[in-house]
Amino acid sequence: MDTRTVTVVDLAATSVRALNAALHEQCAGTELSDWRVYNPLGQHAIACGIDGDVHVEIEGHVGYYCAGMNERASVQIDGNAGVGLAENMMSGLVRVKGDASQSAGATGRGGLLVIEGNAGARCGISMKGIDIVVGGNVGHMSAFMAQAGNLVVLGDAGEALGDSIYEAALFVRGSVRSLGADCIEKPMKEKHLNLLEDLLVRSGMRHAEPHSFRRYGSARRLYNFHVDNAGAY
Amino acid sequence: MCGIVGLFLKDRTLSARLGELLTPMLASMSDRGPDSAGFAVYGEGRAGVVRITLQSATGGEPAFELVLEGLTAALETHVQELIRANHCVLTLPASAREAALAWLARSAPHLHVTGVGQRIEIYKDVGLPTEVAARFELSTMRGTHAIGHTRMATESAVTTSGAHPFSTGMDQCLVHNGSLSNHNSLRRTLVHDGFAFDTENDSEVAAAYLTWRMRQGLDLGGALEAALDDLDGFYTFVVGTESGFGVLRDPIACKPAVMAETDDYVAFGSEYRALVDLPDIGTARVWEPEPAKAYFWTHAR
Repeated sequence: MDTRTVTVVDLAATSVRALNAALHEQCAGTELSDWRVYNPLGQHAIACGIDGDVHVEIEGHVGYYCAGMNERASVQIDGNAGVGLAENMMSGLVRVKGDASQSAGATGRGGLLVIEGNAGARCGISMKGIDIVVGGNVGHMSAFMAQAGNLVVLGDAGEALGDSIYEAALFVRGSVRSLGADCIEKPMKEKHLNLLEDLLVRSGMRHAEPHSFRRYGSARRLYNFHVDNAGAY
Repeated sequence: MCGIVGLFLKDRTLSARLGELLTPMLASMSDRGPDSAGFAVYGEGRAGVVRITLQSATGGEPAFELVLEGLTAALETHVQELIRANHCVLTLPASAREAALAWLARSAPHLHVTGVGQRIEIYKDVGLPTEVAARFELSTMRGTHAIGHTRMATESAVTTSGAHPFSTGMDQCLVHNGSLSNHNSLRRTLVHDGFAFDTENDSEVAAAYLTWRMRQGLDLGGALEAALDDLDGFYTFVVGTESGFGVLRDPIACKPAVMAETDDYVAFGSEYRALVDLPDIGTARVWEPEPAKAYFWTHAR
């Protein structure tokens, strides 16, 4: 059953550029593979631009833009992640066991980003279809200008959640410090509960009860200019 | 950009290695700030004795030897000096501090005082952080806490005096990543209240602001909280006092910050990369300090 090979890379001895090149080369082939990366040492752009069915486990804290542009691959970070985790992710799964700094999942178009700890400011900024599940809290201006996808927060959300949101659904279990311009609370319907349950199960957070969340989204008042809204721009 | 590093030792276990631990931290932040670098080191200190760090724009030893002779004669007291490249630390009785500073201002205006205190020494210069650290033999320094900065200049020129840390009060210093937008009006207020400024630098104003608040009776935490109301702009600050170590980020929090804590130390880095060589970092609690929240630690003394 287990036909996958495991490749071990020590980033204390190998450059990030060499690791990423090897991952990209691997994806060009057909063989499925697992990768273990040690000593990430907070370096930037680790496991970026992967386009293939590989699984990468990173043991330690990573720097900026880890797993950016990810397609199909599953990347797990056993530590914290710096700014811009899984930026512009297309598909696949990125999971960080610790915390993520600001702009996690920024502009993401698809796939699932799971942050088991807290996310910093601007989580899911300009998200375009990605699903993001955060086990802890998210910082201020999360889901700013969010266009599509779902942001699930088991903890609290900071100031100006969903500011200038287009579409996308935001689910928060804890408190929301404040809602941003044009973001409002919306009723939780059956389809939302089902969607939420699916995301929680896939994220390994089935302990969270879907009914305990509140849903937020766009009031759609900023779609077209109206002079009465001038103060909201 | 700019890079900040800081290390606050909770007890004396690592004090002999303070400089050795800070050196790679500073070096790792070179690409965030290649213009200049500086650091403040809080040594053991002795009651009744004060240290004055002098910086010479024109080079080292002869200038400092003349100062030592002149100062010893003028004060009629014993003054020791330790020269490191273009910096010199004078050690003299605390009772002679004001007379010494007045003599230096009058008789050695070509020398710049970077820091004064019972424990603080401040070294800063233009150049790559690794070169600056080597020039002053940072790796050999001991102490209880230290703060370093690598600078990419934005608001004022790349000069030695524009390098951080800035010190505006006894044993106090501040490093800054960011830029303040209300530093001119704040500087006028502080000048009115008796502060003199060495530079046009916005970060020096932030340092003086905290000194001003602490002179009014606030502790370090209180001064940092007051700064949230009065300082406008982008900032991540790391601040040192004689026995304290503080961190503050503005509410927008564009400027990065990572902290780590173990039983032995609290460490700060602009990025996690700065912390990777610290002992037991693998098991340290690592977190991002929250925006608009004052963090500070103090040694019980």
